[in-house]
Amino acid sequence: MVHMATIVPISLSVGANRIIPTVAIPHPLGNPTMTAAEEKKLRRHLVDKALKALETEVTEQTVFKDED
Amino acid sequence: MTYRVVHYINQFFAGIGGEEKADIKPEVREGVVGPGMALNAAFKGEAEVVATVICGDNYFADNIDDTSDFIASKVKEFNADGFVAGPGFNAGRYGTACGAICCAVGEKLGIPTVTALYPENPGAEMYKKGTYVIVAADSARGMGKAVPAMASLLLKQMKGEAIGTPDEEGYIEKGVRINMFYEKVGAERAIDMLIKKLKGEPFKTEYKMPVFDRVDPRPAIKDMSKAKIALVTSGGIVPFGNPDHIAASSAQNFGEYDITGVMDLKEGEYQTAHGGYDQTYANQDADRVLPVDVLRDIEKEGRIGSLHHLFYTTVGNGTAVANSKKFGVEMGKRLKAAGVDAVILTST
Repeated sequence: MVHMATIVPISLSVGANRIIPTVAIPHPLGNPTMTAAEEKKLRRHLVDKALKALETEVTEQTVFKDED
Repeated sequence: MTYRVVHYINQFFAGIGGEEKADIKPEVREGVVGPGMALNAAFKGEAEVVATVICGDNYFADNIDDTSDFIASKVKEFNADGFVAGPGFNAGRYGTACGAICCAVGEKLGIPTVTALYPENPGAEMYKKGTYVIVAADSARGMGKAVPAMASLLLKQMKGEAIGTPDEEGYIEKGVRINMFYEKVGAERAIDMLIKKLKGEPFKTEYKMPVFDRVDPRPAIKDMSKAKIALVTSGGIVPFGNPDHIAASSAQNFGEYDITGVMDLKEGEYQTAHGGYDQTYANQDADRVLPVDVLRDIEKEGRIGSLHHLFYTTVGNGTAVANSKKFGVEMGKRLKAAGVDAVILTST
C-alpha cells in the first residue's frame, strides 16, 4: 500500500510505510488554480510516483520526496 | 452481608498437574482451592470464595464458547455476586482464559469481574475492555501483590462504590473516558503541564494519544504491468447523493462502489461526503481526491495490469480509531479475496 496524503506527520504516526506527500488537504491530487490540463499532469506525476513507490523495496517508513 | 464469589483457576494452580494435565475438563469444587485462600484472606470477611472452577488450559483454548457457557451456568448456580479469574501472570493460554471467562460471566450474568495479568499477556490486550485486569508481575512471585488488588477492586464493584483511575486502582486502562471536575480550568492546567515539561519535571497528560500498531513493509511489486491496483480513500468520495449515508464526521461505515467503465469522476456524478474541509474542490472534480482519470490512462498504457473495479471509501474526520481499524480489516479482506496486488490510499 502507498499512502498519498498532505499531512505527512499523520501518515507517519499512523504507520504508513510508503508515503507520497500531496498538494493540499481539500485537493490532495489536484490544484484548482491550474488549468485542467496542467492539473491532470500534476495528478499523473503524483500517481506515477505512487506506482514507483510500490515498486521500491523499503525496510522502514519511507517518504518519497520529489527528488527521489 | 458477605458477598459470594466464584474463583477460576487452571489445572496448575489447582495442584492437579502441569502441561500433562492441560486437557482436563472444567470441574467445580466448593470453597477455595490454591490461590483462593489468599483471595479469601484479602476479602477480610466482606466476601467469601464459595466455589472454585478449575479447567485445563488446553481444554479451555479448544472449547472457549462451550466452556464459558458452562462456567457461567455454574457461577449462576452458586448465586455469585462477583467473579475472579487468576491471576494469570504471563501465561498465555491461562491469561486468555481468565480474560475470556471474566468477559463471558460479566456479559451473561451482569456481575462484577476481575482478573490479574502481566500487561504483555495477550489476554490483557484482548479482554481489557470487557473486564478489569489488574496489572500483575510476569510470574507467580507477584501473587502477594496481585491478589489484594483484585480483592479490593472486586469489593468496590460489588458494593457499587466509585472505581478510581487505572493508576489508583492498579488495573490496565480500559479505554474509557470519564468526565472529571478540577479546581483549575483547562488552560491553567495546560500551562502548568507545559512549565513542568520545560523544566524537565515529570508531568501527566490528561488525554493520552492512541498508540498505533506497526506493520512490516510489504515487498515491492515485481511486475507492475500485471498488477491489479485498487483505490481506497479516507477523503469521503462517494457517488452523488451519498447512497450509503457515510457521515461527514465520526463515520460509522464505509462504502464500496463499482467504477467499471468510469473513466473520469465528473461533477454531479461523484462528490465528497467528508466534513471539516472545504468540499468545493472535491465536488467540482473528485479525481482531485480519488485519481480515477489518470489511473484509467495508466491502465490503457499498460503501465499497470488493471484498476480494480471497486473502490473503498470512508470519511477520516474524527472517525474513531476502533472503527477505522474495523473498516480497514474488512476492506483488506475483500481486496485480498479479489486478488488485488496493491492499494493506493488517498487522504484529505
